[in-house]
Amino acid sequence: MKKIIALFALAMLVAGSAFAETSINVNGSTTVLPIMQKMVEAYMKANPDVKISVSGGGSGNGIKSLIDGTTDIAMASRAMKDKEVELAKSKGVEPNQITVAIDAIIPVVHPSNKVSAITLDQLKKIFMGEVKDWKELGGEGPVVVISRDTSSGTYETWEELVMKKERVFPGAMLQASNGAVVQAVSKNKNAIGYIGYGYLDASTKGLPVDGIEGNAETAASGKYPIARDLYIYTNGAPKDAVKNLVDFILSAEGQKIVKEAGFVPLTK
Amino acid sequence: MALARKTKDKLIQNFFFMMALSSIVALGLIMVYLFMEGVPIFQKVSPFNFLFGSYWYPTSDPPDFGILPLIAASVAVTVVSSAIAIPLGVMTAIYLAEIAGTRARNFFKPVVELLAALPSVVIGFFGMVVVAPFLQETFDLPTGLNLLNASIMLAFMSVPTICSVSEDAIYSVPRELKEASLALGATHWETIARVVLPASLSGISTAVILGMSRAIGETMVVLMVAGGAAMIPTSIFDPVRPMPSSIAAEMAEAPFRGDHYHALFAIGVVLFVFTLVFNIVAAYIADKHKQVGAATL
Repeated sequence: MKKIIALFALAMLVAGSAFAETSINVNGSTTVLPIMQKMVEAYMKANPDVKISVSGGGSGNGIKSLIDGTTDIAMASRAMKDKEVELAKSKGVEPNQITVAIDAIIPVVHPSNKVSAITLDQLKKIFMGEVKDWKELGGEGPVVVISRDTSSGTYETWEELVMKKERVFPGAMLQASNGAVVQAVSKNKNAIGYIGYGYLDASTKGLPVDGIEGNAETAASGKYPIARDLYIYTNGAPKDAVKNLVDFILSAEGQKIVKEAGFVPLTK
Repeated sequence: MALARKTKDKLIQNFFFMMALSSIVALGLIMVYLFMEGVPIFQKVSPFNFLFGSYWYPTSDPPDFGILPLIAASVAVTVVSSAIAIPLGVMTAIYLAEIAGTRARNFFKPVVELLAALPSVVIGFFGMVVVAPFLQETFDLPTGLNLLNASIMLAFMSVPTICSVSEDAIYSVPRELKEASLALGATHWETIARVVLPASLSGISTAVILGMSRAIGETMVVLMVAGGAAMIPTSIFDPVRPMPSSIAAEMAEAPFRGDHYHALFAIGVVLFVFTLVFNIVAAYIADKHKQVGAATL
């Protein structure tokens, strides 16, 4: 009840401070997009007078629109490059980096698979199509590689942290969502795929990478190799409506949404 | 008074004309939009490399926009599913139109039509959860989500189309032709094979082509059960990625008006050309072999 009153008060405050409708533009990384969409949905429900439009054009695109002043918040799955920071400063934009979540990706196999550990190098070779049989890793049967559609953020993370500029070979079966990968891997004893940490359950077996098990702690501490921070950028310290939204994202409630979207929430 | 009645009639005619026009306008607008959004990709990649390039890596840096594996996959699933669906559909149609008694016909026909009413996502789900594990275990395959599985599921969907259109064609063969054949001493089977089938060939061909164009454009089933690997298949057990599933899976996350977005629209154009050709061929055959009444005296 207290929460409802607090929310109501917040809503009144926002409504009071901004007589007209406020609108916020969010643009950038497709990895952060699913978090932001859920976040904005919940936020607009509580604050109906704030109109937020979210679009995903990739990290570079989001940062570019922040520099051009066409967006209020840029989502990014990587830190801004020095060149971008320089360009921003030359245009009078003061980029302000805020970490909103951690993305940890877990390689998964069928629960009956004998392989119980894997290295980054082996993963790369499997996804390049060089390792074709589980025998090479101590299991048995042909390797069936399941990857994600190339436009998904999970794929982007995987490509950057595991493939390191190499391409996933064309014989990989592409699935359209984390859920579909779980489904496909759990139905196929030869399969290997990768999913966001939040989708790991008993139907698949997550493999530790380079001896480190992927979980909330190892991802947050940076020990787990297939994890990265996800950011949003604002122009200077966030103000007014943007500040309210950022505060919501970093609040306990907001971080719960991060977890629901399949990512690792920030631990404080 | 008479004038008012005439005016009213005219108005009603015009109203119906407008209604008929609306679907043409809709088709026209869709085509214009499809081409407007698809053509810009050809500034980045030549049409030849687009159609015959064998790598589809739309988000790599630098990207590759070669859709040959996708075209090959679409053609392969269509051919294999036709190989399953044509005999099934046509033979069912012959049974229904020529052999079955009224009671059998009254039972089979609604059941076949019910198959057509099954939502494609349900068929896809069946393929994913039931057929895929079955195929994988029976043939000891690396994966059950493959060309064969997709073709079987697509055959399920085109059988009703092929069956009901062919049945109409067979049913409408003039009675006089059959009676003449039987009167000359031909058996029932000889009459079906040598008289009824040739006479209804144009209708059956139309049915087959309509069934095929349904298979090539179907999205949900291939998205769920074809496996989604963008490579040219070398066996019917290879996973494939037909054109519609690529569009459906990637469009949501392709940056608006980016190269990837335009490339997906261009795939849409290619698909459109495929179905257009199918329809033109169907119309041509139907026209050329038209049965113009029975030759009665």
